[in-house]
Amino acid sequence: MAAKPFFRRRKTDPFAGDNAPTIDYKDTRLLQRYISERGKIVPSRITAVGAKNQRRLAKAIKRARFLALLPYATK
Amino acid sequence: MPLYEHVFISRQDLSNAQAEALIEHFSTVLADNGGKVLENEYWGVKTMAYKINKNRKGHYAYLRTDAPSAAVQEMERLMRLHDDVMRVLTIKVDAHDEGPSVQMQKRDERDRGDRGDRGDRRERR
Repeated sequence: MAAKPFFRRRKTDPFAGDNAPTIDYKDTRLLQRYISERGKIVPSRITAVGAKNQRRLAKAIKRARFLALLPYATK
Repeated sequence: MPLYEHVFISRQDLSNAQAEALIEHFSTVLADNGGKVLENEYWGVKTMAYKINKNRKGHYAYLRTDAPSAAVQEMERLMRLHDDVMRVLTIKVDAHDEGPSVQMQKRDERDRGDRGDRGDRRERR
C-alpha cells in the first residue's frame, strides 16, 4: 500500500444500483463500451462489472453479434 | 402464451415498402397459428458489422409477440425458407418493455457518426 504512488478508488459495478442501465442486446451504444477495439469482450476485472452482470452482458453482446449489430472481430 | 421478441434482417435491395410488407406477411403467419403481434418496429436499413450473404446492409425488423411456440416455430421455418430474409433471432422474454426499443430512440442521432464514445476504454487495471 505504501509503495503505491496514489490511491486508486475501487470502481463499482456500472449495472448495479437503482438507475443502472438495463443490459439489452439491442442497445449497441451501451454494449460498445464493453468490447475492445478488436471486438473482443472486455474482461470484468477491467470494467468492474459484477460476475452476474458480466454473464448477462456477454450474452447480450453475443446476440448483438449474431444480428451484425456488433462485429465478431475487426481488422 | 409465452412472450417473444423477434428480429429479422432482410436483404438490402428490397424497397422500404417491401421490407414493411414482410413484417406484415409474417405477422399474418403468426396470427393464423393463434399468436398475436403486440408491436412491430422497422429499424430501417442499417449497415451491418460484417457481411451476411454478401450483403453489407440490411433491413432490420423487430416484433414483440405473444404466441404459442408452434406458431413461432412455423414463422421461423418460413423465414428461413424465404429468400429475402437473411437472419432471424427469436428470444423469449419474461415481460415486454414499454414503448419503442433503444434502436428506435437513437435512430436520428446515430446517423451522424456512431463512433463517438470510445473514450471509455481504460488502459490498465
